[in-house]
Amino acid sequence: MSNIHVDIVSAEGNIYSGEATMVFAPAEMGEVGIAPRHAPLITRIKPGTVRVKTATEELPFFVGGGILEVQPHLVTVMADTALRAKDADEAAAQAAKTSAEERLAGAKTDIDIARVQAELVEAAARLKFVQDLKKTSR
Amino acid sequence: MAGLKEIRTKIKSVKSTQKITRAMEKVATSKMRKAQNRMDAARPYAEKLRRTIGHLALANTDYKHPFMVERPVKKVAILVVSTDRGLCGGLNINLFRSVVRATKEWKDKGAAVSYAVVGAKGIAFFKRVGGEVLAETSKLGETPHLAQLVGTIKVLLDAYQAGEVDRVILATNLFVNTMSQKPTLTQLLPLEANKSDGLLDSWDYIYEPSAEGLMEYVLTRYVESQVYQGVIENCASEQASRMVAMKAATDNAGKIINSLQLAYNKARQAAITKEISEIVGGAAAV
Repeated sequence: MSNIHVDIVSAEGNIYSGEATMVFAPAEMGEVGIAPRHAPLITRIKPGTVRVKTATEELPFFVGGGILEVQPHLVTVMADTALRAKDADEAAAQAAKTSAEERLAGAKTDIDIARVQAELVEAAARLKFVQDLKKTSR
Repeated sequence: MAGLKEIRTKIKSVKSTQKITRAMEKVATSKMRKAQNRMDAARPYAEKLRRTIGHLALANTDYKHPFMVERPVKKVAILVVSTDRGLCGGLNINLFRSVVRATKEWKDKGAAVSYAVVGAKGIAFFKRVGGEVLAETSKLGETPHLAQLVGTIKVLLDAYQAGEVDRVILATNLFVNTMSQKPTLTQLLPLEANKSDGLLDSWDYIYEPSAEGLMEYVLTRYVESQVYQGVIENCASEQASRMVAMKAATDNAGKIINSLQLAYNKARQAAITKEISEIVGGAAAV
């Protein structure tokens, strides 16, 4: 068997699925080339290009990092959707925190369960009323 | 004649409202299809990650990542996924109700509850009722991207690793079908070990750099993909719910138009009759 099946998936969808004769990926410990019947391997990949070599052409796919899983006849690349630098993640977390603080400034930090429940029950009752109204007027 | 004119204006205004609700229904229908496609597209990634986690867990059974260790629960964080816009029936309210119910249950058990919020409606809700909100994201638009959620997720993961939170729960609307969306709470952390995972094909993997090093990375990605999936599922639910709500509004507008039209016809008839009887009365007087 001279072919290996390749799946490249990301959290937001499939990127590529098909047969290849060879796959090159920027693994964490250095670029790896995977031919059919490669030993089973799981490794992280660095941001870079995954190249899928088929019988006729060579297809490049940019990945922002991810996981590479190799089985003798199957290569799976679980790619990150975007470049994920550690400090960028940190900044995003900080942004999510501050925006919560800003947007909820002045709100109580403790939830008043009794009040909320009463409020939600009323809202639900309102909705039910509208639905019933629709049924009866038919 | 003044009454007639009023009714006519009213009919006109209801008709234009109906046009809007009908358009919104159509738009929601097409957006729902797209959202469903996105839902399906995201599934393989999560499945493959889950399998990899199974392999990793199997590879070194004595090592357990903190994300997989059950701890006594003193503090719970609920990640509430809401919509950015309204006019989608009871979708958000139903979700908030189950969130409040869960909050009450945890408080009865003596655990503190904090929240992380996705979506403008959720933020408005917690601003009104109070509650400790750790992080928020909103304005995701119709095609949410994972990158928009990373910050909020990281806040929760960090809190979990620091021991500030002992359990993370994801609250989102499950898209059952077009007519029904179910508010659901699922446990994100600690990850519930699934015994059947990884048993399917147990290769003797080479791990680079090490299974432990990979574990953290894979688990983080997995949690992220779970949240992403919850968000797009909620997105599809939003469109479905809006579609149904707008259809109901269009139907109701049609009913109002009918009854107004009837009233208008009656009033017109009455006016004509009155005019005739006046003419007849006038002629008789001559």
